[in-house]
Amino acid sequence: MNAYLPREAMIVERTEESPDTFTLQLRLTDGEPYSFAPGQFNMLYLYGSGEVPISIVGEDRQSGVLTHTIRALGRITNGLAALRPGDRIGLRGPYGRGWPMQQARNRDVIVVTGGLGCAPSVSIIHHVLEHRGDYGHLTILQGVKHTDDLIWREQYETWAALPDVTVLLAADVASPGWHGHVGLVTALFDQFRFEPGRSIAMLCGPEIMMRAAADGLHFRGLPADAIYLSMERNMQCAVGHCGHCQMGASFVCRDGPVFGWPEVRELLGTRGF
Amino acid sequence: MRGSVINAIMSVTRFLPRNAMQQLIDALATSGYRVLGPQVRDGAILYDDLQEATALPGGWTDDQAPGSYRLSQVDTPRCFAWANGPQALKPELFRAREVLWRVSRDEGGTLRFQQEEVDGRPLAVIGVRACDIAALRLQDRHFLDNISDPYYAAHRRDLFVVAVHCSYPADTCFCVSTGDGPRAESGFDVALGELDDGFLVEVGSERGAQLIEGLALDPAGESRQEQLQAGIDDGARRQFRQLPSRNLRDSLFARLEHPRWETVAVRCLACGNCTSVCPTCFCHAEQETPSLDGMDSAHVREWDSCFSEGHAYLHGFQVRPEIRQRYRQWLVHKLGSWHDQYGRSGCVGCGRCIAWCPVGIDITEEANVICDGAGPGGGDA
Repeated sequence: MNAYLPREAMIVERTEESPDTFTLQLRLTDGEPYSFAPGQFNMLYLYGSGEVPISIVGEDRQSGVLTHTIRALGRITNGLAALRPGDRIGLRGPYGRGWPMQQARNRDVIVVTGGLGCAPSVSIIHHVLEHRGDYGHLTILQGVKHTDDLIWREQYETWAALPDVTVLLAADVASPGWHGHVGLVTALFDQFRFEPGRSIAMLCGPEIMMRAAADGLHFRGLPADAIYLSMERNMQCAVGHCGHCQMGASFVCRDGPVFGWPEVRELLGTRGF
Repeated sequence: MRGSVINAIMSVTRFLPRNAMQQLIDALATSGYRVLGPQVRDGAILYDDLQEATALPGGWTDDQAPGSYRLSQVDTPRCFAWANGPQALKPELFRAREVLWRVSRDEGGTLRFQQEEVDGRPLAVIGVRACDIAALRLQDRHFLDNISDPYYAAHRRDLFVVAVHCSYPADTCFCVSTGDGPRAESGFDVALGELDDGFLVEVGSERGAQLIEGLALDPAGESRQEQLQAGIDDGARRQFRQLPSRNLRDSLFARLEHPRWETVAVRCLACGNCTSVCPTCFCHAEQETPSLDGMDSAHVREWDSCFSEGHAYLHGFQVRPEIRQRYRQWLVHKLGSWHDQYGRSGCVGCGRCIAWCPVGIDITEEANVICDGAGPGGGDA
């Protein structure tokens, strides 16, 4: 078994989410089984260019189609953005430790995301909604810099209409007609109540946002060990060998990307780690 | 081979006369090994294919100091009157550049991924130092525990280690301080201890026993063993560099804002020489090398360094933009978080990073200044 060798995947569908963000629906061509846990990621390979780690948004179990939502930021992601249905890429995975869905059972789940942090976290929402009886109230807080950056607008409306689900949106800069909060996502903490003793929070977004969110939730009584966050680092091998993703003693690709806040709290605020 | 015979061979130290070294090399080659041994190349001692015992660096010694490595000739018949060359076993097992897989694309756009076949010819290396065996163990843990790296595993599988106890530490050596030398205690198939007239031979494995049995060597006798130990002890006493303690994890992480990080960063060129010569550094980058006609591409990995600009780069954001942060990352990892990852320090005391640093930065000096005040257990006094 060679952990480095990709499998071929074909692009089934491509969706433009925003001017720089797109979603690829992929199907593995070898017909071999594939399964993942919420919060894990795949390495996607663009022919002739290289690999990038991309979180898994979801999977359609019937068709086996895997969904990845990607922001075109660098050489490889810009190349992936140019692909169309029928094009082939490489895929290996899934990798890493995902969200603590087991520990979250019978608790209220608070999902706090910033920017494209919503992509690695949407699998939490899907999981909770698919196993509705196993989880308590679901609160989804999503913040963006500008309202134009908000993707999945209809999806948020659909979730908001479900029983036992709260959706609150925030944007630093708002276009006319915005009904959400104007400001930081952490300001939304004053707009909802949670029971600290039976809640769990899962955070994903820029580090500065996750630090503020963890501090804010902890300040409001949520125990430190009930706060989880998904970290991002340079990843090339995805199996803890290449060394780039190290944060202190942790290989983020293998020991994370999801960590309990106490595991990373100290180094999270230290520049250079 | 029967257990009692192996035990008998393993328990007795034998003597290989100097002029019989060729027999050892030939025996390895006959057993199907590609034999590597230290040789003088471009003013340094490097491992290279070895057919003739006369190619060993007889009469050579190394003078090492911060930022300096020079060979000179001395009046001795010995072939191992030197400490170490710029490279340990690392380049043989964790290659500086290695193709991991290839992919081809047909006209319909279909991709075919193919694992690169690894040259599986067994390798025997003569002259491995105790520090380098310690480093080999650490690289084994990194590349073989958890998820096994098939390339490292293939190079490592049949490796035959002929260790040589060290009686000639360089001024840069501090294996006594890290507990990794100068005598090779285990982790070898055969260990040699050199005297003027030949080598004491210890056996550390069944394969080693089989090889040595074929050479029909006489027992070494006690006086030769005492003479060898005296030479090793003497070498150990000459080592004057040391780390403050074997576990600096807590003291280093308590001193992340020590002003010395800034001082050393002013000197550090972030060239990555230290990580290239370090026998335990494992970082590597993956690169894509597409062919000019666009029909196929090779996925390659190459050694990388935490001192390089791109090491911690993250889509438009540099986690470690300053050299201060990169040197600190290297040191707190090497001497600190290795304990969490692999249960011991990542430094084996070989001193290569000191000698091969172009500006002569000394890891022991930096660690001592930064951890000043740390007690013997690594905790703060």
